[in-house]
This record gives sequence, structure tokens and C-alpha cells, in this order.
Amino acid sequence: MQTTGLNAWYGTAPALRDVSVGFAANQVHALIGPSGCGKSTFLRTLNRLHEETPGASAKGGVFLDGEDVYSPKVDLKKLRRQVGMVFQRPTVFPTMSIFENVASGLLVNGRMKGRNLSETVTNALTVAGLWEEVKDRLHGSPLALSGGQQQRLCVARTIAPAPEVVLLDEPTASLDPQGAQRIEELLFRLKQKFTIIIVTHNMQQAARVSDTTSFFFLGELVETGPTRQLFKAPREARTEAYLTGRFG
Amino acid sequence: MSRTGRRWKSRVMVGLLVGCTVLAVLPLLFILGTLLTRGAGSLNLDFFVKTPVPAGESGGGVLHAIVGTLLMVGMACVLGLPIGIGAGIYASEWPGTRLARATRFIADVLNGTPSIVIGVFAWTFIVARQGHFSGFAGSAALAVIMIPMVMRTTEEMVKLVPQSLREAALALGFPRWRTSLKVVLPSCLPGIVTGVLLAVARVSGETAPLLFTALGNDYLRADLRQPLAALPLVVYKYATGPYDDWHRLAWAAALVLILLVLLLSLASRFATRGRFNASR
Repeated sequence: MQTTGLNAWYGTAPALRDVSVGFAANQVHALIGPSGCGKSTFLRTLNRLHEETPGASAKGGVFLDGEDVYSPKVDLKKLRRQVGMVFQRPTVFPTMSIFENVASGLLVNGRMKGRNLSETVTNALTVAGLWEEVKDRLHGSPLALSGGQQQRLCVARTIAPAPEVVLLDEPTASLDPQGAQRIEELLFRLKQKFTIIIVTHNMQQAARVSDTTSFFFLGELVETGPTRQLFKAPREARTEAYLTGRFG
Repeated sequence: MSRTGRRWKSRVMVGLLVGCTVLAVLPLLFILGTLLTRGAGSLNLDFFVKTPVPAGESGGGVLHAIVGTLLMVGMACVLGLPIGIGAGIYASEWPGTRLARATRFIADVLNGTPSIVIGVFAWTFIVARQGHFSGFAGSAALAVIMIPMVMRTTEEMVKLVPQSLREAALALGFPRWRTSLKVVLPSCLPGIVTGVLLAVARVSGETAPLLFTALGNDYLRADLRQPLAALPLVVYKYATGPYDDWHRLAWAAALVLILLVLLLSLASRFATRGRFNASR
């Protein structure tokens, strides 16, 4: 997946300027930067969720397997099946059971049934590291789960339709340290199957989990590089200033 | 200001607030008390299973009015709820559109419209055209009263569903309409049901819009095409009549009406328990 010259606005206020960056398969790519720098907006342009906000718009190129995501021919349903997303706060569907939550993305197209469906759900929960904890209460309420468990349920729901890319928008920001750690461990497993793009406020987390890091500032992509290199020897003065805590 | 002075001031203010609260509750207690003392004595099995006897004779019941109210309110639900709930979802999920704004404004005006005006409207468009009074015309009038109420409560309830839940559904590939139907609506269904029950309670007691639509009927009928009796109409007729027996029936019918409203309010409290909450 990659973007070329991507711009985004909220109404007339620009939120992203000319962002061009590529994401390698089977890697974790972290997006860091101060609040309001456009990293979340950028993430939301990748599955075209940005445009669901009233007044928001985007222009430029976003390519998935060489196809332009913003082409008028693109089927949003299919795009979002290929590019899944996990949010900052767990977003379990409160009226559905644990099983139904994981199955919900699979049933949008209404294709999967019976054993096939329950196998896929089981697999997704297993990969998300939640199966052992919920296998006896698949038809119970997801609200009885802890915040960390709910977030892993959201991961399972996201990966069940077998996307190519998984977007995570500060997935550990609302979790306690243990819950956050489990999500981080999960990322190493997930990247074997998916391209992972994660927005994080937490620089240590970016350093721990990512292979590549991009630094955003004021709607611009300042610098992208291998994580270790970017943290040790950033090329840009603004990156260094942020990493050393001089702003943001 | 001294400490004791502040304390006294606080006591006086709290006392005033308590006084206001008592004054607010007092009328309801007074109404309930009066209805119970005057009406409960006339409540017996006959009251519920018999139809009226000729004027001057004692005994008889209001089965015809109970059946009429149930039929008309039921039909009003069939007519009004889909429209009210649908419009509420639309106004909430597409809040910025001109249609949504216009609908919201019209609903507010309609909510404040005296119900007798709505009765006149139903008379003009249904009774006058068909040439006769009917339960159906009454239902239509009640439905017109229900629609804006149900629409506004539905809208408020749908608005309470967090945006993050909608985005999660959209991010899974749900189209917008399906997001509304499968994720948003079930999440706020208990609230909508509450709104519906309160609207039902409200229209069950409406008298004015039925006066020249359903008209009333002294005989047991279960046909919406004919004039129908209703509990509030019975209260009106018997309370203004000259016979003591009628007065007793009116008190009893008023009591039954209040109990019905009370029952619906209680039911709405139970409705707010969700699918999973009930077991916990």
C-alpha cells in the first residue's frame, strides 16, 4: 500500500499536505507525531473513513495493489474488507454476542455460513489471543469483557474477513499496561499475515513494535525511515526536536 | 457573612426547593387518591366484561370502551410508529440535510399543536369525505399525535449512540443504511421502546381528537370502520351526564385510564433493560 501527494481537509482547513509514503507488506509501520499533526487523519484516508466525517475531503493517490483506492469505480465495501481498522477505544457492538461481533464483518457480504463461519471466527479469536478466555461464553455479552479483552475482540473482528492491511489508531491508549502489552505482542504475530500501520502517541511503543516509522508534523510527513535509524539518527531537525522532547 | 448566616441561608434555600418538589408531586397524589376513593368502589368484574345498560338502570360496564381504545390505539401504532421511528432515524443519522431540519421543525410545531386541532384535521380529511364517523379516523388522529413524539425521542436516542460505534461498523464495510439498522438501532432500541410506550400512554388518554372522529358508541363494536367508544370518551360522556350511576362509571373509567398509563410507564422502565443486561 502506498500514497502519493495525498491531501486532506476538514471543511476548508487543511489537515494533510502532500503525503507520499509506502508501506511494506508484513511489516509494522508506526506513525508518530504530536497531537493534531494529521497522523490519525492520514490513517483514516487509507480506508476512506475520513470522508464519512461531515465536510471532510481528501485528494491525491492511495494505492492498494496498484489500484487507486479513490477511483470512482472502487467498491467501499470491498476496500474496507481489504483494509481493516482498530480504534483507540474498544468499539464492540454492545447488542451482539462475542461470536456475532467477530462474525459481523464476515456477514456484511452475507456469504459465509455454518461451519465455515464458526471456523473463521474461532481462527480470528485464536490469532487475536482471546480464544482461551472466551471459548466458553461465545454467545455472552462482550460488555462483560475487560477493556483489554474488548480491544482484542475488536482485533479479531478486524482480521476475521482476512484483510491485507490492518490500521490501528492508538490501539493501546485506553488500556492498562498489561492490556497494552498483550496488544503489542499481538502485533508481532499479526505482521506475519498482514501489513500493519499503527498510529501511536507513545514513542517507546513505536520503537518497540515497528520496523519503519514515519514522523508527522503539522499535516506534513517530515521523515520516514527504519525505526532504529529514525530514533538514533534522524535526518530532519524537526524529528530530532520532537524525539528529544523539545515540543509536542 | 458569618458562618451561621450562610448556614441559615442554605437551609432556607433547600427548604424552598423541597417545598417546590412537594407542590409538584401533590397534584398527582391528590388525583390518584381521589380516583381511588371514588372509582375503586365501582370497579368489579361487570365493569370490564359488560356493556352499558339503558340510562337510569344501574350496573353495566365499559367493555365497549376498552375494546375501542385498544383497537384505535393499536391501529394508531400501526400507522404512526413506522413513520415516526423512520423519520427519527433519518433526522439523527443525516442531521445536516435540509429535509431533516424541516422535519424536526415541523415535528416541534406539531408537538405543540392542540390535539383538538388534529381532530378537526382528521374530521376534514377522513370523516367529511367518507361521510361517517369511524374508529379509523380516530386512529389516524392519534397517529398524527404520536408521530412527532416518537420521531423526536427516536432522534434523541439514536443521537446518544457513540460515533465510534458507527465508524467501527463503516470500517468493517457496512453500508450506511446497514450501520443504522444493524448496529445503531439495536443499541438504542430500549430507549426507542420507552419513547413509544410513553407516546401510547399519552394518546390512550386523548379525548378531544376522538370527539368528532370516532364519536363514541354505546354498543360493543370491534370494527374500525364504524364509530367506536373509547375510555376517555366514556369519561367525558358519563361525567357530564345527569345520573349518579353514570358518575360512578366515569370515576371508575378514569381510574382505569390512569392505571393503564401507569402500567405503560412501568413497562417502559422494564424495556430499558437490554438483551444482555437482563441476565446480570
